[in-house]
Amino acid sequence: MAELTVVKTEAEKGLADAFAAAKPKLPGGGPVAAMREAAFRQFQACGLPNRRVEEYKYTDLRALMRDAKPLAAPPSKAAIEAARDRKPFDELDAITLTLLNGSFVPELSDLSATAAGLTIVPLSGALAEGNALVAKVGRLAAGNDDVMVALNTAFLNDGLIVEVADGAAIDRPILVRHVFGDASAAATFARLVLTVGKGARVHLIETFCGSDADYQVNAALELAIADGAHVDHVKVIEDGGMSLHVSSLLADIGAHARFNDFTFITGGAAVRNQLFVRFGGEETVARIHGASMLKARQHADTTLVADHAVGHCQSRELFKSVLDGESRGVFQGKIIVQPNAQKTDGKMAAHALLLSEAAEADAKPELEIFADDVVCGHGATAGALDEDLLFYLRARGIPPKEAEALLIQAFIGEAVEGIEHAGLRELLMESAARWLAARS
Amino acid sequence: MSLLEIKNLHVEIDGKKILNGLSLNVEKGQVAAIMGPNGSGKSTLAYVLAGKEDYDVTEGDILFDGESILDMDPDVRAAKGLFLAFQYPIEIPGVATMNFLRTALNAQRKARGEGELSTPEFLKRVREAAAKLDIDPEMLKRSVNVGFSGGEKKRAEVLQMTMFEPRLAILDETDSGLDIDALKIAADGVNRLRSPERSFLVITHYQRLLDHIVPDVVHVLSKGRIVRTGGKELALELEARGYAEYQDEAA
Ligand SMILES: Nc1ncnc2c1ncn2[C@@H]1O[C@H](COP(=O)(O)OP(=O)(O)OP(=O)(O)O)[C@@H](O)[C@H]1O
Ligand SMILES: [Mg+2]
Repeated sequence: MAELTVVKTEAEKGLADAFAAAKPKLPGGGPVAAMREAAFRQFQACGLPNRRVEEYKYTDLRALMRDAKPLAAPPSKAAIEAARDRKPFDELDAITLTLLNGSFVPELSDLSATAAGLTIVPLSGALAEGNALVAKVGRLAAGNDDVMVALNTAFLNDGLIVEVADGAAIDRPILVRHVFGDASAAATFARLVLTVGKGARVHLIETFCGSDADYQVNAALELAIADGAHVDHVKVIEDGGMSLHVSSLLADIGAHARFNDFTFITGGAAVRNQLFVRFGGEETVARIHGASMLKARQHADTTLVADHAVGHCQSRELFKSVLDGESRGVFQGKIIVQPNAQKTDGKMAAHALLLSEAAEADAKPELEIFADDVVCGHGATAGALDEDLLFYLRARGIPPKEAEALLIQAFIGEAVEGIEHAGLRELLMESAARWLAARS
Repeated sequence: MSLLEIKNLHVEIDGKKILNGLSLNVEKGQVAAIMGPNGSGKSTLAYVLAGKEDYDVTEGDILFDGESILDMDPDVRAAKGLFLAFQYPIEIPGVATMNFLRTALNAQRKARGEGELSTPEFLKRVREAAAKLDIDPEMLKRSVNVGFSGGEKKRAEVLQMTMFEPRLAILDETDSGLDIDALKIAADGVNRLRSPERSFLVITHYQRLLDHIVPDVVHVLSKGRIVRTGGKELALELEARGYAEYQDEAA
């Protein structure tokens, strides 16, 4: 059947114009240019994802994205100076790297402080000089047909390539700050590529924050985890209140590995947090958790695909959302068990706490199981705070807002517990406490 | 003036009448026992005193220290010195017991215009109270009541009472679920708090508890009202004869 020509939206036209204008200037040699071109064609064929696309049922980006913001330019000296005060998670003893307006900023990064077995290369430089590591860019994105990932591939101009050598244990976490500092809106397309060698240990923390402008973030992380490696990834989305944030995790995990992922969302006007996790080796254990705390008219969508391509792996997914005001929390989770992935053990749960009548929680957990000897399950709940628990606390003299805060922290805490880094766990709980304090 | 005056209290839940013109006074320093058959309204009375919102008070009044508390929120009542030891203490996963005790104690103190307790002072009080009640301090590291045995939950309620030093403590079957030794420990905990300034409303089914916590007065509650009041010997009489005569009488 012939497709009708779809009328393009302002944003779609804007993206096409931007791509045409930027193409000659975007960094990278022939293969990279070809990759961009193919990705952009995919976008043009599909357009921005709208609610008729099953995966975007609850998050219609065609409607949410009114226009395409101009591509962010590399930040000026003044902008870099102004960004010095934005230091989320400064309390952590970490190897800190900053992407300001989507561009790597050496002045705000400590590239010198690396560890044995760790290589960090800014992406724009690597693309420009044709560094051999560039070959790793796009390997995992190639197997993904998501349109927003394709847009990131088409426009990616900077980011980081991080290599952890076989057997290397990187003690300090790597902290990547994605900061949008400008007062006028722009669009950023950062790409991180983290390759973790056999038996290596690394901890990556990404934070997103920014100004009050209606800027647009489209970030992607390609994460290749070799056999026996142990990787923690924590993403904290605290973007400005007008921003549109899309970020995608593309993870491919080998055998006997451990992977802990956590997303914490409090910011952004609209957030689409996508996690594509493929289990490519046996005996791997993954814990994929997340929590969002939303208010006013915020919208946050976490969409997760855990693809068990081989058997004998365990995955645990737990997502919690606290929804106040007229906010909307979406969780879509799919566990796929391929025909040969016997003895897969997957459990997924999504729980929403509704603090107001006008808040909305949508959950769509799915199991696609093609093997017969597996243990998989999912559950989703949505509800208000338990009145009996509140009464017990209040009967002990605790005022209503404080009693609620205790219960909400406990609710969030169950997911946060999954984070291995104690200091980070505390910082996130403090962030939750601040959110609660601002509520009353 | 009585510390607590309950005057002709009528209470309904979901249109079902549970308390039916209940009147009762508790004097300062008094230990009053309430006994009565299952379903007679004892826990309902306890909840209404503590301020649970599910109940409709359709008639009557409750005065605490001469002031009506019907319009007061539960936390306000607690800060004024009212404490309920729950018949079924509730588990609160994820809320650490120590954090809970401290938040509650400081909230009460704040409401009364008193300063917050310092961390060392707070810890000292918890440790002392726990030791006296034979509560393993390790238990306090867990979430509120989570993983506690039935008896441990009851002792934890007595621990809270000890920490909060209420003016009126309502003990709703604090003895049920306790073994003989634990009953003695819990009763000692109550007795230690007895003072001319503090009153107790002790709800129980068993004379056994009243051997340890000797009441000044015993009330019989049946079908939502007090049908008889007497001295501590009344408990012995009930133990021997049961409630049959009162249930007929109240009907
Ligand atoms: N939420 C409720 N909805 C309907 N009926 C209720 C509710 N709570 C209590 N009741 C009813 O009220 C009556 C009194 O209950 P209450 O728990 O006060 O009794 P009790 O004297 O404490 O009994 P027990 O000795 O078994 O603890 C019972 O008939 C009970 O079923
Ligand atoms: Mg009862």
